[in-house]
Amino acid sequence: MSAPGDPRPAPGAKAAAPGAPAAAAGGRLPAPPAGGGMGADLIVIGGGIHGNSAALHCALKGMDVVLLEKDTAGRHASGVNAGGVRQLGRDVAEIPLSVRSMEMWHRIADIVDDDCGFQAAPQIKVAESEDELSTLAARAQRLRDLGYDHEVILSRDEVRAHLPAVAPHIVGGLASLGDGFALPYQTTFAFARKAAAEGVRIFEETAARRVTRGADGFRVETDRSVFTAPKLLNCAGAWGGEIAAQLGEHAPVEAIAPMMLVTARMPHFCDAVVGATGRPLSFKQMPNGTVVIGGGRRGRAVPAENLSHLDFAQLKHTAATAREIFPIMAGARLVRGWAGIEGRMPDDIPVLGPSSTQEGAFHAFGFSAHGFQLGPGVGSVMAEIIADGHTNAPLAPFSITRFRAAA
Amino acid sequence: MSAYDVVVIGAGPAGMAAAVEARGAGLSVLVLDEAGAPGGQIWRGVEAAGPSRRGVLGGDFAKGADLAAAFRASGADYRPRATVWNISPEKVVDYSAGGGSRQAAAGAVIVATGAVERPVPMAGWLLPGVTTAGASQILLKTSGIVEPDTVFVGSGPLLWLVASQMVAAGVPPKAIVETVPHGRLMAAAKHLPGALKNAAALAKGVRMMWAVKAAGVPVHTGVTDVAIAGATHAEAVTFKGADGAMRIETRHVALHMGVVPNPQITRLLVCDHVFDTAQRAFVPVLDADRMTSRAGVYVAGDGGGILGAAAAVLTGRLAAMGAAEAAGRPVDEGARGAVRAALAKDAAVRPLLETLYAPAEAALAPADDVVVCRCEEVTAGAIRHAARLGAAGPNQVKSYLRAGMGPCQGRVCGMVVAELIAAARGVTPGDVGYYRIRPPLKPLPLSELAELGEAEPVAAQ
Amino acid sequence: MPTRIDAAGEPIAFTFDGVRVEARAGDSLAAALLAAGIDTTRRSAVSGMARGPYCMMGTCFECLVVVDGVPNRQACMVEAADGLVVTTQDGAVDAFAHEDGGREMLA
Repeated sequence: MSAPGDPRPAPGAKAAAPGAPAAAAGGRLPAPPAGGGMGADLIVIGGGIHGNSAALHCALKGMDVVLLEKDTAGRHASGVNAGGVRQLGRDVAEIPLSVRSMEMWHRIADIVDDDCGFQAAPQIKVAESEDELSTLAARAQRLRDLGYDHEVILSRDEVRAHLPAVAPHIVGGLASLGDGFALPYQTTFAFARKAAAEGVRIFEETAARRVTRGADGFRVETDRSVFTAPKLLNCAGAWGGEIAAQLGEHAPVEAIAPMMLVTARMPHFCDAVVGATGRPLSFKQMPNGTVVIGGGRRGRAVPAENLSHLDFAQLKHTAATAREIFPIMAGARLVRGWAGIEGRMPDDIPVLGPSSTQEGAFHAFGFSAHGFQLGPGVGSVMAEIIADGHTNAPLAPFSITRFRAAA
Repeated sequence: MSAYDVVVIGAGPAGMAAAVEARGAGLSVLVLDEAGAPGGQIWRGVEAAGPSRRGVLGGDFAKGADLAAAFRASGADYRPRATVWNISPEKVVDYSAGGGSRQAAAGAVIVATGAVERPVPMAGWLLPGVTTAGASQILLKTSGIVEPDTVFVGSGPLLWLVASQMVAAGVPPKAIVETVPHGRLMAAAKHLPGALKNAAALAKGVRMMWAVKAAGVPVHTGVTDVAIAGATHAEAVTFKGADGAMRIETRHVALHMGVVPNPQITRLLVCDHVFDTAQRAFVPVLDADRMTSRAGVYVAGDGGGILGAAAAVLTGRLAAMGAAEAAGRPVDEGARGAVRAALAKDAAVRPLLETLYAPAEAALAPADDVVVCRCEEVTAGAIRHAARLGAAGPNQVKSYLRAGMGPCQGRVCGMVVAELIAAARGVTPGDVGYYRIRPPLKPLPLSELAELGEAEPVAAQ
Repeated sequence: MPTRIDAAGEPIAFTFDGVRVEARAGDSLAAALLAAGIDTTRRSAVSGMARGPYCMMGTCFECLVVVDGVPNRQACMVEAADGLVVTTQDGAVDAFAHEDGGREMLA
């Protein structure tokens, strides 16, 4: 077994006061000695963007936080997603959280001391037919009726003003002009480093094997030691259902493997993040010229082995779609494909909020392949309900109790 | 989709021997190889080389012609200029040939993709005019091209072999700048008695060195602080030698510090690997039949650990015997025992070579301003910084800095990145691991993927 | 300058950046260019620095050139043939470069 993470705290981590117990210092730490125990105010399970963001925000509210990650920060969906920072097209229930998060993205460097590779850019869903454009127009009208004005219809010419390289058959689109994209691993890594700097003790390669509730609060057993805390946050992504089950709750998480492709550098031709209406596509050109193509076609996730496999019979369609919407892609060269393991809920929105069975336990998982943008905002919301006991964010639609009947 | 009992990837010594053996056992065999003709790197161009070129390249090269002939006659389906770009866990092989992609289902896969040269990062190694020593030899084998201005830098048998072949061709190199530290010879000497079991290999090595020195080629030994000077092209090699600081003017530098297994396919298939401290490289874990931790996937040749061409032929045969046995064909245990015995004898020389020619520390720990990832131009200093920030291994550094994300997909920088992170963390490369390798194994035209399954099958040659 | 030790291979010729390059049948493009004294074949899409053939065996992707308008071809893996039009790969090159010559270099 290799040593977990760099034993040295990240630069900027709070140094332990002379004479203070070493455990008081935050940082990316080796596991405590075998058989040892460690207490905290809060144990966060899962070192993706949500676990790290919530840990950071809880630490900023003065909590003593331990974060347990079975691999390394951002190993799965948080570190290898397509990087879209998107309000466009969200489930209506998610919009308040998405709007709150978007405001944070635009000042992300102030929050985590790292620009996260964030670039403001329009997100545009293109219509390949008049029927599709009607669908998009109805969506925009529905949001306006609900009081949201961030999604706007683009005419044929307006789409081309943003996307000069788009194919002739594109008739219009739906855009959220204040969106953007970021570098997923850099972002998750930055949240982890900032959390560590604010005192969160992060243990990588430390899997939470067993979660129980005792007189001293929650006990989380790992291979080498036991952690205890009065509060627990489950940010275990595709593995979140297993943690919930140990708390006596049902959450039918499906492990999925959304696939992505990236090309060799191409001349600059696209400034927006582009989706399609009638078929899966997420398409963006990075500032370095490479083009990242995703959009939800799935490979095969093997969560028990920590593996995902690509399915090129599916990726063939991804390639064909990209080429049809951007003809310049006919000359692109694919350098790499990949997939990260993500947790999907049956209704494609996450589980957020308190446990329904164990007071002091909370959930934030199952983001269903669109959680990256929500990371900053959901972390701050979770800190409010965990540290302050209340939040103004409307979390009712995300309650884990919605799966009770199915249990 | 076509189906074969065995798909062999690579048509070098190991791949050809595996194909011949598997055909002999009655198996259907497909051989996919990137080159236009059989031979791999070691016997590259062996069919086309005329008598004079074969004379220059030596007897071991000429031996390749016999195996190539046996391979041609074996009845294996052979597809040259075919690039394998994915293998699924179910052993379906995707390959690109003739402008389209095709699939073949394999009962067993024999990976015979050989070795790649260990990267030798140093100041100036990106400059035009700097190649690997292997590149010099490929020019000689395939086109009869030699460059008298060449200065060889580094260490290892291949470096001496190419230099001696240039001498035989009547065009000796300008100089040899050897980085083997003083004292290595003493450390290696304790392996001499064992190595004498393969006295022929030892004698060949000694002859090569004599030939180069006898031709008057200046040989600088025990050098340190090697760098290549130049602005937009190599202009000189500088180093510290026995006589202090030296500078050799040249526009052609050939670097070499040994070879390491080509890890792309065994990593793609998530086979178990270990870090072999003697070879200073990751090697796949193999059983006695050369099978990896993934059932039905075998490695023949240097991809399973560096043993050289003669052993590659033997391990190719072993892998094919294993695949045949797994397919229910009888295997001649006497023949298999003889192959194993020959392999053990051939390998006797390895401990000496591995000790003598272990890579110089400078190549494993280049200075902060030296670019390590040539594609994305990521420096050693940036990698060390990321490790200090907490990037635990090559995959984190790849995600953070783009090291290994360029078109070569980490083939060149992977070993150095693992070494740098391990050193920064105070652990071994085995602890930090290696890049996860994802398909396509080589850059693939997007249009070829978009048209997957629509291409007409090509006739096998 | 490099020399050839024998006369194998029929003489052929292609152009590199508009200049005629004499080669022998069986040469890779990279071998033929090196034999002709040409060892800068691309400019890095990252920094713009000059690069040329390094490994000659398809591993390093340093020798990328544009062959008959198609970029990202490995010169060491493409066989030289009469009449090929080969050019330096200058940064990130559009496979279907606009007729106005508007190839953009990317930083």
